[in-house]
Amino acid sequence: MPAAYKFFAEFAQTWGLLYFLAVFLAVLIYALAPSRKDRFDAASRMPLQED
Amino acid sequence: MAQAVSPSKGMTFGEMGSALAFAALALLSIIIAAKAYTPGYAFHAYLFAAASVAAVFTIVNRYYERPLEPPPLTIGGKPNYNMGPVKFATIASVFWGIAGFTIGLLIALQLAFPALNFDTAWLSFGRMRPLHTSAVIFAFGGNVLIASSFYVVQRTCRARMVGDIAPWFVVLGYNFFIVIAGTGYLLGITQGKEYAEPEWYADLFLTIVWVTYFLVFLGTVMRRKEPHIYVANWFYLAFILTIAVLHLGNNAAIPVSIFSPKSYIVWSGVQDALVQWWYGHNAVGFFLTAGFLAIMYYFIPKRAERPVYSYRLSIIHFWSLIFMYIWAGPHHLHYTALPDWAQTLGMVFSVMLWMPSWGGMINGLMTLSGAWDKLRTDPVLRLMVVSVAFYGMATFEGPLMSVKAVNSLSHYTDWTIGHVHAGALGWVAYISFGAIYCLVPWLWNKKELYSMKAVSWHFWISTLGIVLYISSMWVAGILQGLMWRAYTSLGFLEYSFIETVEAMNPFYVIRALGGAFFVAGSLIMAWNVWKTISVGEAVEEAPQAMQPVLVAAE
Repeated sequence: MPAAYKFFAEFAQTWGLLYFLAVFLAVLIYALAPSRKDRFDAASRMPLQED
Repeated sequence: MAQAVSPSKGMTFGEMGSALAFAALALLSIIIAAKAYTPGYAFHAYLFAAASVAAVFTIVNRYYERPLEPPPLTIGGKPNYNMGPVKFATIASVFWGIAGFTIGLLIALQLAFPALNFDTAWLSFGRMRPLHTSAVIFAFGGNVLIASSFYVVQRTCRARMVGDIAPWFVVLGYNFFIVIAGTGYLLGITQGKEYAEPEWYADLFLTIVWVTYFLVFLGTVMRRKEPHIYVANWFYLAFILTIAVLHLGNNAAIPVSIFSPKSYIVWSGVQDALVQWWYGHNAVGFFLTAGFLAIMYYFIPKRAERPVYSYRLSIIHFWSLIFMYIWAGPHHLHYTALPDWAQTLGMVFSVMLWMPSWGGMINGLMTLSGAWDKLRTDPVLRLMVVSVAFYGMATFEGPLMSVKAVNSLSHYTDWTIGHVHAGALGWVAYISFGAIYCLVPWLWNKKELYSMKAVSWHFWISTLGIVLYISSMWVAGILQGLMWRAYTSLGFLEYSFIETVEAMNPFYVIRALGGAFFVAGSLIMAWNVWKTISVGEAVEEAPQAMQPVLVAAE
């Protein structure tokens, strides 16, 4: 059991951190890519559209 | 009703299936009621039986009353929205809000004047406290979330809600769960887990309701006419999905018998504590935050008539918020048997959460750019903007309190209660009031609310109440924490526990006064909602496209 605990704790503290960093970078790229500007500008007005 | 029973008319699969399922549930409930170990459980079984029989009757009756064809998805090219369940949940939220706030006022008064439990078990603080928390969080907040999510998902997807009986099952089933949970606390039926008090049978029923909710919501998103899924729907989806996972994980319990309300959790010791606060903190993160942020992202732009300040920020806000919140739970277990690194992990993620929280707050507030003048003229918008400000304040205070050094002073004191109510009254309730004030005229086709002046009164009275509440709890909490850790020069504790209780009394009285103001505000809202629905000025219906259709029908 202590070996398993140590393994999971170390895994979370190293690869878990890198995984989160990678996901966060992917989100930044998705959200900030200039090619999506028009799409997101249109999306920001979605609540204002009437049927 | 002559045309109702035509030879070609048959029950749909949904009607037949749900009627049979409810009939089976009624039978099972009657058997359980007959053999139940405790009277409280038998009472609940009878409630289940009565509700199931009523459901069968309603479904069959509805089948005979309805026209042959199911309601059309569009009328004259416009989506034919299904707003019946939304209306029910909106009214239910007003009702449960008043009930929950009033019980909160009662227990606040009990702390100042203990005689107010009238020496009865049912009115004791230990039973009324979960009744208060469940009534405000799950009954009031839950109905606001169900109503607004069903409204927003239909409007932003431009599609009629999926399902015929399913949306009604979600709304009515959820409110029936509330009744089971609430009456259970009064009768002393609880599994003793904070914010997860209902016992196994109520949890099982809620699971079915919640999965149906998820499927209705997801099905409506998949039916959308708009290619893009609006950010509010992402927040709603995260809220629904995560609550399902949390509910299952934290309620993994084995009942003693099908005839007993008592169950035992499969987790033990510190693992149970960790699972409980993984659940507990994410109930805050996904029920009280993600769900209400969805309300913010739809209702504030709509009311201010301005686009979302930065849609890109809203995407970063969403993903970073949901990825971080799920790890913050261990900060509820500082200085316990939980491994030290896990405590630190919870603390670090809580501090990091500050960033997405404030990103979201800035996004909500800046959506008003170009429309700030509306704050002066529109008290509904004022409610929602102040709620976002409270969100910013509470999400600054939370990370601060999760730091171990601060937590050693604040934990177990009234500072925590003050913090929770800054979030619950200031953020959750205010954004909900804003949503209700928007929804009622929209749903009942009224030009405006019956009285804007009454909204203003509601705003100022309850703001005064919140200020009294949180400032008294700050003083009480810090005083309490300092008294608990005060030592004499000889190393003895300086104060006995009862001395700290005595010192709290004036602050408890001030807190109860603040609560009374908040209840008064909610009564003004109920009156205003009632008047808007009953005598509010209707929007003049002049849809030109509809005219030929009406003539042709005659």
